[in-house]
Amino acid sequence: MRLYRRIFSKQNRALLAELVRTDFKLRYQGSILGYAWTLLRPLLLFVILYIVFVRFLKLGNDIPHFPVYLLLGIVVWNFFTEMTQHSLGSIVGRGDLIRKIRIPRWIIVFSSSISALINLGLNLVVVAVFMVINGVDFYRTVVFVPFLLLEVYLFALGISLYLAALYVKFRDVGYIWEVILQAGFYLTPILYPLARITNVTLQKLILLNPMAQSIQAIRYSAVTHDTVTTQHAFGGGLYAYIPFAIVLAVLFVGFSYFKNQASSFAENI
Amino acid sequence: MDGDIAVKVDRLSKTFKLPHEKQTSIKNALISRFRGGSRSYEKQEVLKDISFDIKKGEFFGIVGRNGSGKSTLLKLLAGIYTPTSGSIQVNGKLTPFIELGVGFNPELTGRENVFLNGALLGFNRAEMTMMYADIVAFAELEKFMDQRLKNYSSGMQVRLAFSIAIRANTDILILDEVLAVGDEAFQQKCYDYFKKLKRDGKTVVLVTHDMGSVRNFCTRALLLDSGKIMESGVPEKVANEYSLRNFMQPAGKADTGRDMAAPWIKIRPISKPVLTPDQKLICKVNYYVPEATDVSFGISVIDGATDGKTSIIDDGFMLSQESAKVTSRTAGEHTHEYTLNLTGFNSRNLTVTATLFKKQGANFVPCAYTDDASSLRFLVRRPLSDNGLLKLKGTWKNVREPGRAK
Repeated sequence: MRLYRRIFSKQNRALLAELVRTDFKLRYQGSILGYAWTLLRPLLLFVILYIVFVRFLKLGNDIPHFPVYLLLGIVVWNFFTEMTQHSLGSIVGRGDLIRKIRIPRWIIVFSSSISALINLGLNLVVVAVFMVINGVDFYRTVVFVPFLLLEVYLFALGISLYLAALYVKFRDVGYIWEVILQAGFYLTPILYPLARITNVTLQKLILLNPMAQSIQAIRYSAVTHDTVTTQHAFGGGLYAYIPFAIVLAVLFVGFSYFKNQASSFAENI
Repeated sequence: MDGDIAVKVDRLSKTFKLPHEKQTSIKNALISRFRGGSRSYEKQEVLKDISFDIKKGEFFGIVGRNGSGKSTLLKLLAGIYTPTSGSIQVNGKLTPFIELGVGFNPELTGRENVFLNGALLGFNRAEMTMMYADIVAFAELEKFMDQRLKNYSSGMQVRLAFSIAIRANTDILILDEVLAVGDEAFQQKCYDYFKKLKRDGKTVVLVTHDMGSVRNFCTRALLLDSGKIMESGVPEKVANEYSLRNFMQPAGKADTGRDMAAPWIKIRPISKPVLTPDQKLICKVNYYVPEATDVSFGISVIDGATDGKTSIIDDGFMLSQESAKVTSRTAGEHTHEYTLNLTGFNSRNLTVTATLFKKQGANFVPCAYTDDASSLRFLVRRPLSDNGLLKLKGTWKNVREPGRAK
């Protein structure tokens, strides 16, 4: 509780709110549609992927409500991409503040993550609307969705802290991370139904990735129980907890590396 | 830590590692790891084992030339850098102003920037809303608050930043060269703010080049040079030492490269480098001629404020061809001692140059002189000095013009 009070002191809360607000105002400045782009971008991407993969390549015919299933996957993945990419450059981008005033460094990464969370919230509203239009059955398991999103957030936060600190020293990280995200997009069953992968070992390996595990679990909880989740693939064994262990490990490593480097940001930027 | 100490700096050192080639790519880092194991970098010791205390309510000045380490010290005090060794203890809430308007965003309006900047000082929206009208009024920018900051002139930006900055509710303030920006009216506002801080008993650390503000506001000061404390204590003493160091050349430079085949002249101080008008300047003029010949010399006292060519006093033995007196005829070294009464001088920075003349035919021609590095420099310091070169009093009488009297 005392730690909480120190972290979320009045000053830090005020600063966090102002940084998020600034980020919000500046992001789509000069564009006519402004904030609507937050919703339009994933929707347009969805339309393209839907036409290519569902209409032409006939993927996912065996999955009920596949369009919503696809959109949900894209929205969660986009959140992960946006948060990590924004946070990555956040410390360097705010170099003017870091070199001249004393503010807790984590607030900068944290404010980027809050901006991404707000966008995720807006996107999820769109998904919900689609779910209603598509006539998706209501599952009680939907209560798990916030916890699964929390998992995605913590995973992204761990990575963000690590990358933001590393980026101060090596600017290559930006490019490398872009490639990793590209690869990750295809390694994660976002476009294709996991059932398409017939090699069971490969399927299991894919599901060890926290992003694959969480996206599949969110789909299972909210859209259709016809989703292969990590729990199913491993038959409820202990292995199914590996993704959670990875998330915790990444969070721990990211946090300690950031803490360790934070004191020298001002000199290295 | 004592209750009345605001900042305690104990054996503080700061070393920067400067890579020879800035490595911001992994490829380079990998390559150099393979090559030598460790990266090649230069260690730059910016601060060397510094200790001092600042008491509560003090107005503490830190002065030093560019590159003396004062900005680094400031950033260490502000908690922006971490010490390489030693410690800094701060007793109370400390707010640094390394620069005015940190975090100002040109794409946001004046109003939005006020709130953002306020948040950086720790004020939330409710508190800022209460202060907003005052801030805008003080900056005299009521009409411009809904314009984007990029459309402001730099003076307007500074005014806005300053009027937010002075709201900072803090125990210890660190100010860096704030006075270097803005016009005279703005500087006056800064001075008023300093006076208010002094009245309120705040602890202020001021880093500056302006010896005027050191003398006027500081209760104590410290002079940094090459990362070491050179002088600390009474502001007057520190300010004089600073002027002296800026004005004087590095010692030892004057004695290098003396050629015994050619004539030379040098000038050495006997009296101290800082003098009051009731003291005397004493120096020795020393010259050398390789062969027996008729020589004479003269000196000039030059004021620092002039172009360096106009002298206040010309003295010696060769002031004109007609009045010249031969000072020696033999080869070798000759020395004369010179004493100048300083009565009547205001606070001045003075340089004494000497020129040696050799008789050629009927005339004396210059054959050696002291250059910029070997001339003698000294300061006259008069309490309550005015700007004139000299403090000479004429007499005044009130008279009535007969034609205009009614």
